[in-house]
Amino acid sequence: MSVSTANESFGTEKQSIAIARWIDRIFLGLTCAFACFIAVVLLWITASLFSIAYPAIAKYGLGFVTASRWSPVEDLYGALPQIYGTIMSSVIALLIAVPLGVGVAVFLSEDFLPAKVRTPVAFIIELLAAVPSVVYGLWGIFVLVPAIQPVLEGIHQAFGWIPLFSTAPDIRGLFQASLVLGIMISPIIIAISRDALISLPPQLRQGSLALGATRWETILKVLLPAALSGIIGAVMLALGRALGETMAAAMLIGNAPRISASVFDPASTIASLIANQFSEASGLQLSSLLYTGLILMLLTLAVNVLAEVVISRFQQIE
Amino acid sequence: MAPVSDQPHPGSSQEAMSYTVSPRRKWFGTFMTVLVTGCALLLALPLFSILWTVISRGAPSFSPDLFSQLPPPPLMKGGGFGNAIVGSLIVLAIAALISVPFGVMAAIFVSEFARGTKFANFVRFGINVLSGVPSIIMGLFAYGVVVLTTGSFSALAGGIALAILMVPIVERTAEEGLKSVPMETRQGAIGVGATNFQTISQIVLPAALPSIATGVTLSLARASGETAPLLITALFNQYYAKGVLEPIATLPVLIYNFAGAPYKNQQELAWAASLLLVMLILVVSIIARSLSRRQTFG
Repeated sequence: MSVSTANESFGTEKQSIAIARWIDRIFLGLTCAFACFIAVVLLWITASLFSIAYPAIAKYGLGFVTASRWSPVEDLYGALPQIYGTIMSSVIALLIAVPLGVGVAVFLSEDFLPAKVRTPVAFIIELLAAVPSVVYGLWGIFVLVPAIQPVLEGIHQAFGWIPLFSTAPDIRGLFQASLVLGIMISPIIIAISRDALISLPPQLRQGSLALGATRWETILKVLLPAALSGIIGAVMLALGRALGETMAAAMLIGNAPRISASVFDPASTIASLIANQFSEASGLQLSSLLYTGLILMLLTLAVNVLAEVVISRFQQIE
Repeated sequence: MAPVSDQPHPGSSQEAMSYTVSPRRKWFGTFMTVLVTGCALLLALPLFSILWTVISRGAPSFSPDLFSQLPPPPLMKGGGFGNAIVGSLIVLAIAALISVPFGVMAAIFVSEFARGTKFANFVRFGINVLSGVPSIIMGLFAYGVVVLTTGSFSALAGGIALAILMVPIVERTAEEGLKSVPMETRQGAIGVGATNFQTISQIVLPAALPSIATGVTLSLARASGETAPLLITALFNQYYAKGVLEPIATLPVLIYNFAGAPYKNQQELAWAASLLLVMLILVVSIIARSLSRRQTFG
């Protein structure tokens, strides 16, 4: 008797263990499925963009990239002006943001400011990195560009003979948009470069100072080279952000599908083109817009992969 | 420092004790200090100007009407953006409902079941790449998958676009949180006979909850300001949306639309909406910070 009850209770316990095992397996399978899904969602995104863009891809092929006419009226599409505008605006933005951003990162990582001030400043920079781009765009239209208009006008007056500044600046133009973009991406560069500088081992600084180097020789010849991988990573991230940034560009660049020598002329980027024309587009125009989207995605992917490679190579050297 | 006198030293002993920096090096240092201070001031100007204008232009038009009324037609006084506030909340809720399970489950797999394997590295790579994709691409994807299927711009499409944007942030913070839970707690749970599922759901997850919550709030802060993906998925709506399969108004899109409008009253509303959005993001990031301080371990 007693043996059989023991067996029975053993049986139910076995059963509950079996159930627990099943739950375990289902749980493992579920988490695995979610992880796989996230890993391959990028392929799904690419495939879905490709399938909608297919009519345009079939019609224009790779010539789309070098054709410079985007005209919905004639149902004729080429993306060269937008590709040019995207790359140009990002490059100008980086030219503004990198020297300023790295300079400020050095300023904040050294003891130029008292420690009590540094933490709130770092918090404000984080907040500014989180301010939505549409707010930067709004500020650009109503505050920044009207304020610097006289300066741009002066540059045009003085250096108008250089093709780069050959047209009179308006509220909207390539340089105006790039300036707002540059201000927008500088908090990213500051935050990441500062982290890279702060997390360097203190022995580097101590050793350099002990050898008789001044503070600035230490910064330029020891600390910045040591933090280079982090700084390059920051710049690459900022570049990726600038390439794909939509709102500031759409609000300030003027959305003119042409390539002009003057940086004060209106231009257009891929993202601003999509934002402007998407809701009314159909047929070949819609496909062409998605084709430009694919190009933008490839462009940012290339930058990001390059960033990863550069960073890992530098880390190996260290 | 006591000079070591019994060691012979080239040059006079006085020279060895007093170390001087040549004027050229000194000048260079001063020049560089002035230069970076200038950089900081130059950049502080626009950055503070943004915060200042958002506050000074947004605050005067703040009133209870903002939260209850509908956007006004041109040249009419008053009005608000109640529909855009509700719309933003609905779209963010949809995005959170999708991204949190995906992010947390994937993080559990990577941290608990596949830690250190090649597959974990593959997932990590996929997430890194995903986080670098511009937000407007997520909008195009949601358009292709949802809008073309249902035949209408909708809150659902907007939510899905934002969800893909949020997943990498949620996954990363959740994974970090899970990895910071000490191995001993897992071993203890397994040792007293708990299954993997019991260990994770009752021991590891609760311990990692603060960092998961931080990740979710941070991703919400990021998503709440995103305009581009919503512009091509959720579009806009002058009124309250009747369902999630209809176009819906959101705060960022309202700012974009009204910033381009030539009417003073609509521009003022754009500033008020900006202030509300920035305050929202500020509050959310402060919450995220206080959450991340409440770590159970470490």
